[in-house]
Amino acid sequence: MVDFTLWDIVRNLLLAARWTVILSVIAFIGGGLAGLILLVLPLTGNRVAELAIGGYVQVFQGTPLLMQLFLLYFGIALFGVDTSAWTAACAALTLYSSAYLTEIWRGCVASIPRGQWEASSSLALSFGQQLGHVILPQALKVAVPPTVGFLVQVIKGTALASVIGFVELTKAGGMIANVTYQPMLVYGCVALIYFALCFPISLYAGSLERKLNVGRR
Amino acid sequence: MSAAADPAPAPDTVLATPHTEVGAPIVRITALRKSYGDHEVLKGIDLDVMRGEVVAIIGKSGSGKSTLLRCINGLEVFQEGSLIVDGKPLLHDSALAMRELRQRVGMIFQSFNLFPHLTVGRNVMLAPRLVKKRNAAENEARARKLLERVGLAEKFDAMPDQLSGGQQQRVAIARALAMDPGVMLCDEITSALDPELVGEVLRVVESLAEEGMTLLMVTHEMNFARKVADRVIFMHQGRVHESGAPDAIFGAPQTPELKQFLSSLHD
Repeated sequence: MVDFTLWDIVRNLLLAARWTVILSVIAFIGGGLAGLILLVLPLTGNRVAELAIGGYVQVFQGTPLLMQLFLLYFGIALFGVDTSAWTAACAALTLYSSAYLTEIWRGCVASIPRGQWEASSSLALSFGQQLGHVILPQALKVAVPPTVGFLVQVIKGTALASVIGFVELTKAGGMIANVTYQPMLVYGCVALIYFALCFPISLYAGSLERKLNVGRR
Repeated sequence: MSAAADPAPAPDTVLATPHTEVGAPIVRITALRKSYGDHEVLKGIDLDVMRGEVVAIIGKSGSGKSTLLRCINGLEVFQEGSLIVDGKPLLHDSALAMRELRQRVGMIFQSFNLFPHLTVGRNVMLAPRLVKKRNAAENEARARKLLERVGLAEKFDAMPDQLSGGQQQRVAIARALAMDPGVMLCDEITSALDPELVGEVLRVVESLAEEGMTLLMVTHEMNFARKVADRVIFMHQGRVHESGAPDAIFGAPQTPELKQFLSSLHD
């Protein structure tokens, strides 16, 4: 029987953690870009877009991420497209993030008083100028803490990609636990790595919140 | 008034020259109707405002006076009638036409609506920079002059929330003036102020009137309306119920509704 040192376990987990980080970054950036578009479209006063985006957000918020992963992984295959676990995981997490970020940011924009829209309108600013110079800079201050907080949710959400066979931190942990017969040790290490990824982000979110409040006084 | 009639403003004048001749109508409102669903709030308004005229609009809350004012720069959409400001017709469907018109109309709000994330100076400079593409040095010089005009020269780098309500409202006036409007709309601009701060704002408005700015103001300050306005309009249930010179409106009201409104103010 092969003996595994603690270093063997940790080294392999850290290698797998790369994929957790990469998947999180892709989902967060992709979801952020999509979320920004979904945020701005209804603001132009397009009722159809508003309803469609509202429905999209509700669907993704009202179903478990696990189901979204399954549906994308097996669903795309039904159309004859060969989906890798990697593609399905990226797509599902991006859609999931875009729905949540749209909703978070929509609330932040809605919290800007109507008078700001009216004042900038009556100064003859165009819609784009209103957004870029008046509304979004103010909404950004409100949006940063919950957005950074959501990043933590995304990182933990990537663990679910393990069920469709994508080898990231959790999946690697399962595999290593199976060969080492030391599930407590392995999963303990897995949890510690997740914590090491998420805790600094939470700390950063907290400090950002304090900093932005100082700016606002 | 000779300076105001000049086509090109002298370099040191603070107010811009409108396109409309002195004594010609700068705002023309014809048969304007507006409703929210089934509820009609403006039931056919006809109103011409001459260039340089100061018009005070009074009336009970819900009489449609603020709505009328907000129709003039397109913040409210109306269903029937037409509206022309300084030669520019109001066309709700054309974003370009709306921006053209809004460059001729300044508006000051009850709640100031300064941009809280920008300094006082940047508040004043933002729209001329973005909309009029005014160059930076010229824009700053003009902003400083306008802030001096409203008595806040030293607040250029302050943030809005460091100012009192009266100071914020004066910055809002400077911000509106920076776009060189031909007409200024004032929507209950002193209603959110502590009583001791009302005077400083009204003095600025009065000085604008003296310099020939066309003003339409919805106001509850009857003494101010009486002193500064050329014409007072009493609105009642979505119509111009009575209008005339301040002395006639306040001294010899003709309709029972106006009499009742004026007597209710003294209670």
